[in-house]
Amino acid sequence: MTVASVFEQILDRDHVYPFMQRARPHDIDVSHQVLLYLEGISVSFDGFKAINDLNLYINDGELRCIIGPNGAGKTTMMDIITGKTRPDTGSAWFGQTINLLDMDEPAIAQAGIGRKFQKPTVFEFLSVAENLELAMEDDRTLWTILSSRLSGEQRDHLDQVLEMIGLADQRLLHAGSLSHGQKQWLEIGMLMMQRPRLLLVDEPVAGMTHQEMDRTAELLTSLAGQHSVVVVEHDMDFVRNLAAGGRTVTVLHQGSVLAEGTMDEVQNNQKVVEVYLGE
Amino acid sequence: MLMQALRNDRGGQVLIGVLLVLMIAVPLLNQLPPGHALHVPTYTVTLMGKYLTLALLAVAVDLVWGYLGILTLGHAAFFALGGYAMGMYLMRQIGDRGVYGNPLLPDFMVFLNWDELPWFWYGFDEFWFAALMVLLIPGLLAFVFGALAFRSRVSGVYLSIITQALTYALMLAFYRNEMGFGGNNGLTDFKDILGFDLQADSTRLGLFIASALALLLGYLLCRYLMAGRLGRVCVAVRDAESRARFLGYRVENVKLGVFTVSAMLAGVAGALYVPQVGIINPNEFSPLNSIEVVVWVAVGGRATLYGAVVGALVINYAKTYFTAELPEIWLFALGGLFVVVTLLLPRGITGLLRRREASA
Repeated sequence: MTVASVFEQILDRDHVYPFMQRARPHDIDVSHQVLLYLEGISVSFDGFKAINDLNLYINDGELRCIIGPNGAGKTTMMDIITGKTRPDTGSAWFGQTINLLDMDEPAIAQAGIGRKFQKPTVFEFLSVAENLELAMEDDRTLWTILSSRLSGEQRDHLDQVLEMIGLADQRLLHAGSLSHGQKQWLEIGMLMMQRPRLLLVDEPVAGMTHQEMDRTAELLTSLAGQHSVVVVEHDMDFVRNLAAGGRTVTVLHQGSVLAEGTMDEVQNNQKVVEVYLGE
Repeated sequence: MLMQALRNDRGGQVLIGVLLVLMIAVPLLNQLPPGHALHVPTYTVTLMGKYLTLALLAVAVDLVWGYLGILTLGHAAFFALGGYAMGMYLMRQIGDRGVYGNPLLPDFMVFLNWDELPWFWYGFDEFWFAALMVLLIPGLLAFVFGALAFRSRVSGVYLSIITQALTYALMLAFYRNEMGFGGNNGLTDFKDILGFDLQADSTRLGLFIASALALLLGYLLCRYLMAGRLGRVCVAVRDAESRARFLGYRVENVKLGVFTVSAMLAGVAGALYVPQVGIINPNEFSPLNSIEVVVWVAVGGRATLYGAVVGALVINYAKTYFTAELPEIWLFALGGLFVVVTLLLPRGITGLLRRREASA
């Protein structure tokens, strides 16, 4: 860059410097309909290959179920996407332009990837509404945290989410006093407040009753379309329920993709049957 | 927003009321003739002023420990640094009234045969400069220390240990005569502050009122910070740090900001403490002091702010009483109190009061 062009830039009042732009969910370039690319990813912990040359593509707006036996690398995969674990090799892209491997957890969360943990982790000492408020999509600098108050639109969004997760009557209750299933929904509600482009949901129905499971399946299906949703789950009935209507199911085994297809295809796949039932 | 926060803060209302009453009543009662039943001797006024500065230190610790879960065992370092900044100003005010009568150098420098003032003493002739340093030095140290510790995600016991190491290292450094802060004798023999004689009753009353005011404003600042979304983010970080990260919060920045504010409050407390006790020496950095502050907060009740004030006042009063009447019992009483509170009153003294109120 020449000196003259630098001057020109400084004098130009409308010039937008890169640091002024934040990666916002609506900036994500999905011109190829693919939202998340994981290519050739490997991670090993003390010589144990948790993820082994994993390739996975999630389309924009799709609901994808991921199943696999224990130790297949499902949680490690989520750790990589959300920046908790760095892979040894491979690449992870969010849309065409955002390289996830360059970012840390808060940056990835702000770029539009939300995560629900296996064990429900809500903030027990805060009320249900406060939990949702914390998760709300907003600027996260120290100054805005200090000075911000809810706008009318944000309040409406909060009420709407409370209604959707069925906790409108419990909004002032401490999150710690909710039942296990309600905590799971609260966490899903927190994900919705974040308005992420991609939701990673780890075992959402662990420890739920059947009615609660159906309700959760409904919730997650309603989210697909405007968000991409990736659900990791052990419970086969639940996955069958979610994947109804020809949605794609991915089977992970020993850190890589074993099979991919509709639920019926996957269930009749010889390799999958072997892994699940033994030779 | 502050008004709204105070409306739901019974303990805070009581605290503010008591402080306002003290600020008016104590100077009046001090004016009564010495034989009068309600007379408050100046000695007691200064003692109370000292307690109030310690209460401010406890509030600062509660801000980071109670709300943010950072168990700091080094906050006395920030308190002592604020104290040293004030002590340096008071030393410069002595002028040529020292034992050696040197108009340019404090006594201990004359004693060490130094012939000129070290550069870091420049500016401390001026009160405004010293007041600025009271805030800046602890704030800067906390900022640098916090930036290093929180960026590299040191937390829990490890962080507690390095805060202890920080205050211990500072203690060793300040014990050295070459440092230029008076070595193990510290800074003492102060004469006056802002032109007022430190021994005069009126000055002591003024310092008492300043301490009460500082505690009041410090409390309001902390309440204001914790009443809004920042307070909820702090609690979120305390209870589930990684979850807060996955929500997109820069945990290290939140910690750094609150830790720095807290260190500055501790510095102010130290600066008001020193003119009332008349001395600042490296013992104030001793790791035990920082641990004691944590005990005050635990006894009073964590994450309430006013609980820290109650704890600091109760324990320091007990300390004054026991060390005068039954000196050999004191440490056992302190240790026993900590055990009893931890086992039976996990939410401290104020937790007990709140429970009674809730059940009534």
